Amino acid sequence: MKSPHDMSTTSALSVRSTGAVTTRVLTQLRRDHRTLAMLLVLPCALMTLLWWMFDGLPGNGFSSLGPALLALIPFIIMFLVTSVTTLRERTSGTLERLLAMPMGKLDFLLGYAIAFGVVAAVQSALAVGLCVWVLDLTIIGSTWMLMVVAVVDAVLGTAMGLFVSAFARTEFQAVQFMPAVVIPQLLLCGLFVPRDQLPRTLEVISDVLPLSYAVDAMQKVASSTETGEVWGDIAIISAYVVAALALGALTLRRQSA
Amino acid sequence: MMNNAVSVRSLRVARGGNEVLRDLDVFVKSGQVTGLLGPSGCGKTTLMRAIVGVQRITGGDVEVFGSPAGSASLRDRIGYVTQQPSVYDDLTVTENLRFFARILGVAPGRVDECVDLVKLGDNRASIVSRLSGGQRSRVSLAVALLGEPALLVLDEPTVGLDPVLRVELWETFHRLADAGAGVLVSSHVMDEASRCDRLLLMREGRLIADDTPEGLLASTSTEDIEQAFLSIVRHEEAAA
Repeated sequence: MKSPHDMSTTSALSVRSTGAVTTRVLTQLRRDHRTLAMLLVLPCALMTLLWWMFDGLPGNGFSSLGPALLALIPFIIMFLVTSVTTLRERTSGTLERLLAMPMGKLDFLLGYAIAFGVVAAVQSALAVGLCVWVLDLTIIGSTWMLMVVAVVDAVLGTAMGLFVSAFARTEFQAVQFMPAVVIPQLLLCGLFVPRDQLPRTLEVISDVLPLSYAVDAMQKVASSTETGEVWGDIAIISAYVVAALALGALTLRRQSA
Repeated sequence: MMNNAVSVRSLRVARGGNEVLRDLDVFVKSGQVTGLLGPSGCGKTTLMRAIVGVQRITGGDVEVFGSPAGSASLRDRIGYVTQQPSVYDDLTVTENLRFFARILGVAPGRVDECVDLVKLGDNRASIVSRLSGGQRSRVSLAVALLGEPALLVLDEPTVGLDPVLRVELWETFHRLADAGAGVLVSSHVMDEASRCDRLLLMREGRLIADDTPEGLLASTSTEDIEQAFLSIVRHEEAAA
């Protein structure tokens, strides 16, 4: 039997609660030096590795693959970090405690999304800055636009990580979602085979996968100064972020068996 | 202030096909410390979760201050302490309390008051993961006290604490009850029972006794609560 209150939706968004969650998550991250270092240094190290691979080869392999990787890396890292962190909150009992308090579900998720969004912004700024100013990534569009897209991609990873953490009971399972959710998107995003050359069925599937738009946006910034289509991609990615957060809110139950 | 803080009628909870609570009727009064005793696995935690409103129930009613358990209006009136301390290991004591205080919307000054209430003044700047098990559960208790709740539900709050601290915490529970709060404390340590105003004995999902400690000893002609419990169980089994 379900009591009627369980159906009641969360109250209006509370800036106080959202802010409290954001501050708390950032304080926790600040304490965890190793994770923080990985978050900030790893993307830069990987981009440097990619640059090095093509160093001395003819053509400009780094500039053609770089933008797609700038979309993928923050997405993957934030997806993993977020799903494990939120899962920890579920298993430690603190989530249940919060939901027994006057805490809105959306406030909780937004608090997380903002905290990791801030981290993602710093992470992407470092990686993009390194690529453009140190590793000579050639882009035709603006560097700022590249950063905006990278941040939106990272926030997408965060939102999806928040959502899938609901379906994992252990950290082991949460980590398994990475090959299940991320790798198919990675294969179909246009990095290996241009999307319009995929078999029709796969092309349609790639059209509904958010990462396709993330990579598209990056490649458009790299290849043209035209920003209209990029903003269109950003709008689509943002819609996926909102949907993932809304679905995530549905998975937060105040009552459990 | 002797109203019913909690009234539970015909409560049934099934989990994984097992009946954890079977047709339970029980009430908890404000202004008293009520002890919930019984062996591990008898359904104490499930009953407490149902009262707090985080347990999905199969049948019956659970009302807290006249509203169905778990109602939004109750969320800032109940303090709940789970057996596993539900606090953030990687934050300091003060940071934990400050965070929950913001969620509850209580004044920041409450943080220090609650730290002192659970005697963690010397550890306020320590990271929780570096504290002992007993200290960690006191951090969890301090969080529950933040909102000055009208009902405190405490699941084995004194496990692993040294005897002196245990006595002090029981004094705190009585002070809160004297101030009008309903306090429900579970324990599987029968010697803590004598500190309660009223005792509820549970076994296998059922309530087998509901009396004052003195009344229980008198009615079973026993000398301590453990013996009283055994006497009631034997009596029931003989009747069955």
